[in-house]
Amino acid sequence: MATSTHVLQKNSVSRVMLLVLACLIPGILTYAWQFGWGIVINLVWASILALSLEALALRLRNFPIKPFLSDGSAIVTAWLLALSLPPLAPWWLTLVGMIFAIGVAKHLYGGLGQNIFNPAMVGFAVLIISFPAQMTQWSAPLAIAGHHLGFVESLAVIFGGGLPDGVALDAIVSATPLDTVRTGLMQQHTLGEIHSYSHIFGSLGGVGNEWVAAAYLAGGLTLWALRIISWHVPVAFLLGIWLTAGFLHWGDAGRYAAPWFQIAAPSAMLGAFFIATDPVSGSTTPIGRLIFGLAAGFLTVIIRVFGGYPDGVAFSILLMNLCVPLIDAYTQPRVFGEPRK
Amino acid sequence: MRELHRFPGGVHPSEHKAESSSRPIHEAFIPRKLVVPVRQHIGQPAKPVVELGDRVLKGQMIAEADGYVSTAIHAPSSGIISEIGLAKVPHPSGLPDLCISIETDGKDEWIAHEGVDWRIMEAAALRGYVRDMGLAGLGGAVFPSSIKLDPAGGPAIHTLILNGGECEPWITCDDRLMQERAEEILEGARIMQHLLGAQTLLAGIEDNKQEAIAAMRTAAEKLGLDIDITSMPTLYPGGGGKQITKTLTGLDTPSGGRTTDVGVQVFNVGTAYALARAILHGEPLISRIVTVTGHVLRPQNFEVLIGTQMSELVMHAGDREAMTGIIMGGPMMGFDVPNLDAPVVKSTNCVLAKSEETFPPRPREMPCIRCTQCVSVCPAVLQPQELYWFARARNFGKAQEYHLFDCIECGCCSYVCPSHIPLVDYYRFAKSEIWAREKEKRSSDIARERHEFHLFRIEREKKEKAARLAAKAQTKKTEAPTLAPEEQDAKKKLIAEALARAQAKKASITPKNTDGLPEEKKTEIAEIEARRAKIREVAKQPVEPEKH
Repeated sequence: MATSTHVLQKNSVSRVMLLVLACLIPGILTYAWQFGWGIVINLVWASILALSLEALALRLRNFPIKPFLSDGSAIVTAWLLALSLPPLAPWWLTLVGMIFAIGVAKHLYGGLGQNIFNPAMVGFAVLIISFPAQMTQWSAPLAIAGHHLGFVESLAVIFGGGLPDGVALDAIVSATPLDTVRTGLMQQHTLGEIHSYSHIFGSLGGVGNEWVAAAYLAGGLTLWALRIISWHVPVAFLLGIWLTAGFLHWGDAGRYAAPWFQIAAPSAMLGAFFIATDPVSGSTTPIGRLIFGLAAGFLTVIIRVFGGYPDGVAFSILLMNLCVPLIDAYTQPRVFGEPRK
Repeated sequence: MRELHRFPGGVHPSEHKAESSSRPIHEAFIPRKLVVPVRQHIGQPAKPVVELGDRVLKGQMIAEADGYVSTAIHAPSSGIISEIGLAKVPHPSGLPDLCISIETDGKDEWIAHEGVDWRIMEAAALRGYVRDMGLAGLGGAVFPSSIKLDPAGGPAIHTLILNGGECEPWITCDDRLMQERAEEILEGARIMQHLLGAQTLLAGIEDNKQEAIAAMRTAAEKLGLDIDITSMPTLYPGGGGKQITKTLTGLDTPSGGRTTDVGVQVFNVGTAYALARAILHGEPLISRIVTVTGHVLRPQNFEVLIGTQMSELVMHAGDREAMTGIIMGGPMMGFDVPNLDAPVVKSTNCVLAKSEETFPPRPREMPCIRCTQCVSVCPAVLQPQELYWFARARNFGKAQEYHLFDCIECGCCSYVCPSHIPLVDYYRFAKSEIWAREKEKRSSDIARERHEFHLFRIEREKKEKAARLAAKAQTKKTEAPTLAPEEQDAKKKLIAEALARAQAKKASITPKNTDGLPEEKKTEIAEIEARRAKIREVAKQPVEPEKH
């Protein structure tokens, strides 16, 4: 005897997920424009894997397949993971990542709405710990690459067909700007020296990369304008990065990259608007979201600068996912008519 | 122009007011049978005062108010009492309740009635009169009006708000009433203001009812009544008691409290009208305006006799093929009426006929994704997604800690939920579970107290017996001084020991101020305590803010 409202706003989980996907499209197009076909192939492959794994998991758990498969959440996970992997990542790398994302992080925890951790980031974390070599072979931006892979060539690289004749690996892959900085600093170079010998840097971040970051930003702002996400997490996350990086940079500009460089990495923008804002694994209170974002931003820079991995977005968000129940419990907003403390 | 304040949250569903608002109120028709429930208000059900086979006149009291939180019930038309027993009532549970059925004779013969002079009548007597006229809040909460008009025991009421918000979609009964009978509404408001001693009189009407606003303003001018009639932005649930108070006065009703805590009393315009009819003309509450709309041929407002079966009412508005059911109330807070021939009661503001097309079944419920869209529309600034989890997990303590009882069940959360979760159902479930547990706890507390008192009495009787025996022995001793000194000592020792035991036992029992009272007195006190507990229980029953 349901007595809740007899009318519903035109809204559904699928709609929310589809809007998230739609807002990722500018970033994806820019990515493909700057880095070639790899990312497109990767996204399609990851989506196929996500839907298959989701269907399998739903079947094993005796859940109705159609409503849950069409909610779009698996595709969102697939896209977020694919966008976090090197665009020419081998097919099996994506497969392993998706198994951990959909199978472990999502369904072993109870499926849609129950996952403590962001599934895509769990997949990413497993891969970067287990396969560091493959995870650091990023496509070189087309602007500086020695060879532009065509669609079929990219397909061949991803699915184990090897490189086209006469093309060396060096011609198509390179380290990311963040990784270049890390390696350079470990070799006792100063930031100025690194910038002078590497061609990977653009005006703010990396060549090509900074455009991808800008496109993510545009998509993220649209997501906010559509009220799918609140401003709290992205603003706090970027502010956390900016303040932490700024503090370090101000202390020693030769060793610590500038805050705008940290923010212009696509991972920062993707993290700020699309990953840290994941409602299921994030905080739900306004103050909680600010704390979540600030701390994740802080940890991102700390892991990038002092940690052993080329990027820190995934780990910082996973660490903060862990803190969400505690944050939420202590940041409950004042209800209507409750006296100010 | 009054400065308006924005209450938190709120939604704006399609209004659907035009369907029924253009036609005038259709006069009451007399059905052949009226089924009048004795429980139409919050509090104690009324006690029947008629017998099977009695002839009753229109307006004659057929059930009297039972206690303070109660109100009387009257015959809506003349006829013969044909049944007093369980019958279908409009309640989501579908359970029957005690009803008095009247076989009407079509004469519609009134009982002798006339108004009272409220200006000279003593306030308490006037409130008693209001109670005997069967008045209860017509906005939907049906709280006995006599209690709401009693300012004693609470903070002074400085402002009386006449609630013409009518924020629920589809419903237009208050709109039409204000358009057609504004003067009587204001007459009623004047009496309410008099009883409450409120300095300020306000009226709030949503801006989608411009004709009503104009009619009310004209009437106020004609009566020379000092009332500020304000057009409020249309935003659901702007007609909620706490919300209209915030909008018009800027005052925040304390969490867990009522608007009277900030000196504001809110009455629905329909209640004010009914009060005017009762006091100025002596007409008890036997009919009300009901919007009949949705999947009917002629959506319209009807003046309906209480007890008229809903199915009959729908027929009057022109029933259509493929009706899938009836909602009593609006689409946001109303409920599916399990039996279409359930009667119209005092809280029936709308009978909304459903069809597959206008009210499709709720889509499949998906898991909560914590998107917090519910948070952004909650007028109480609650965390509906957390309350949902606590209710699901039956973690009722936590639910209360997260202010479950500040939920006004407006349904904004379930309206926006992308997962289509019937959230309000979960909150209602949690609330009723908590009430049930508290009831249980209170009755077990009473039982425990009784048991403790029983043990205490046994102990005291033992002690008294020991003392009596000791005293007896003492007299024996004086009578028989021949007892050997050793024997005497042994006896004394025994007595002393018995006394010490009794003393120790007495000390182990919590002392009560009932000590030393005669037995009858104590039982009487226990009985009084039990009655008090019962009253407390009744008083603790939920009072939802008046809506619309």
